[in-house]
Amino acid sequence: MTISEVQDKIIEEFSFFDDWMDKYNLLIEMGKDLPPIDPKYKVKDYLIEGCQSKVWLRPEYNGNVICFTADSDAIITRGIVSLLIKVLSGHTPQEIITAELYFIDRIGLRQNLSPTRSNGLLSMVRQMKLYAMAYDARQKIN
Amino acid sequence: MKDISEIRSDFPILGRKVYGKQLVYFDNGATAQKPQRVIDSVDEILTFFNGNIHRGVHYLSDMASESYENARQKVAAFINASGKEEIVFTSGTTGSINTIAFSFGERYIKRGDEIIVSHLEHHANIVPWQMLCERKGAILKVIPMNSNGEIITGEYLKLLSPKTKIVAITQVSNALGTIVPVNEIIEAAHSNNTPVLVDGAQGIQHGIVDVQKMDCDFYVFSGHKIYGPTGIGVLYGKKKWLEELPPYQGGGDMVEKVTFEKTTYNHLPFKFEAGTMNYAGAVGLGAALDYITELGREEIAERERQLLSYATECISGIEGVTIYGNSERKISTISFLIDGIHQYDTGMVLDKLGIAVRTGTHCAQPVMDFFGIDGTVRVSMCFYNTRQEIEALVQGIEKVKSMF
Repeated sequence: MTISEVQDKIIEEFSFFDDWMDKYNLLIEMGKDLPPIDPKYKVKDYLIEGCQSKVWLRPEYNGNVICFTADSDAIITRGIVSLLIKVLSGHTPQEIITAELYFIDRIGLRQNLSPTRSNGLLSMVRQMKLYAMAYDARQKIN
Repeated sequence: MKDISEIRSDFPILGRKVYGKQLVYFDNGATAQKPQRVIDSVDEILTFFNGNIHRGVHYLSDMASESYENARQKVAAFINASGKEEIVFTSGTTGSINTIAFSFGERYIKRGDEIIVSHLEHHANIVPWQMLCERKGAILKVIPMNSNGEIITGEYLKLLSPKTKIVAITQVSNALGTIVPVNEIIEAAHSNNTPVLVDGAQGIQHGIVDVQKMDCDFYVFSGHKIYGPTGIGVLYGKKKWLEELPPYQGGGDMVEKVTFEKTTYNHLPFKFEAGTMNYAGAVGLGAALDYITELGREEIAERERQLLSYATECISGIEGVTIYGNSERKISTISFLIDGIHQYDTGMVLDKLGIAVRTGTHCAQPVMDFFGIDGTVRVSMCFYNTRQEIEALVQGIEKVKSMF
């Protein structure tokens, strides 16, 4: 599926819920379904700064696409990062760099995007795009 | 005292809904809500009396200056300073502490000197002193705390020595709510000839503060935590200190005469007020002080004691909840964690139930480190909160427990 297709699917999934508690329950479930990150990567190098809860994010690049694994000590945050992984993981650096993440606004998480917001959704997005840029640049040099 | 529904109707924001739910505001320690009178006072000066203070000959400038100086007088009376020249307006508690850390440090701190703070301090009462220590090669000493969240005064006495040049201590722990025995701290410091700065950011709004009785050398607080506007704060200093200290920032209004060879400084308190001050904020703060004076500070403290007692009983009765900070002497603040649930998850869910709390380290990381935790959920109540709101919180906590 393309990045847009995954986003549309997430938007549809969330559209069944008006109540915030139901949305959070869905995020909590998604967080629980997130495949665990190898504990050896839960170190400072993979920690995203600027989050009130801890988020570890690790990219793996096979020369074609980037796969991300992640974890957080807060469950809602883990749900949020699992959404980002669903959308961006398994895509090429170029696709990730140019992706416009409209689903965040559409499912009502836009308020989490402000730079001062403590869950650091913005930091997560920025970090994923930074990894993509780094791999993209490396590929061009090679 | 007015009845609670009257009090609440003085604060327009308390009637609003968030996410379709009635707002329950329990983040008063971060910033308190504003009574209509404060909102009106700021509105009035900006609408009818706006002119730069102290500079103009014209009517508006005169009116604004007069309102600003009236506000200073109100602050002086509120904390019982011996004169209004002892009241310097700043941007807030942080601004006030930085002023003293700089000015006092420039004049008195040398290599090897010691500065005492406590383990309970907000970062704003740690970092400016650390910066001073770095500049001057001085040493920061820390009064340890115990598991109730109280400072250990016996250890403090051991830290005092001829090297101690200043003690900077909070009146109340922002993270835990502990009331610190500042009178005892000041007395011991003075018998060591050491001045004391008291950080009143979390103390001033919860009881009567009399700086002469307390005998502190400096007392600092923020306007916005005492129902006034943001961006205005107070630095009280004993006159003899303020006269001796060099100014912090240079600029307009703080000078008497400027030539390229030499500048002489204005008299107190203007020596410490460089540039155009936040006069609208000061006027708003004056209105806030009027409001709580009329409400009655003893009555406020009593109401808050009752809220604390009820909330402590309710929250500690919930299975799996741990309260951090169990001193006998506390303001109406409760810091807690639910077993196995991240404070951020708790805060996110409570938010969507309309309940505003603070989560995280509360700018007091050393306190969190002491307990070996990453943060807490902090419920900071004040006189306009109610038992029903506490009951809503308890239901919220139960809801959180059921979700994770």
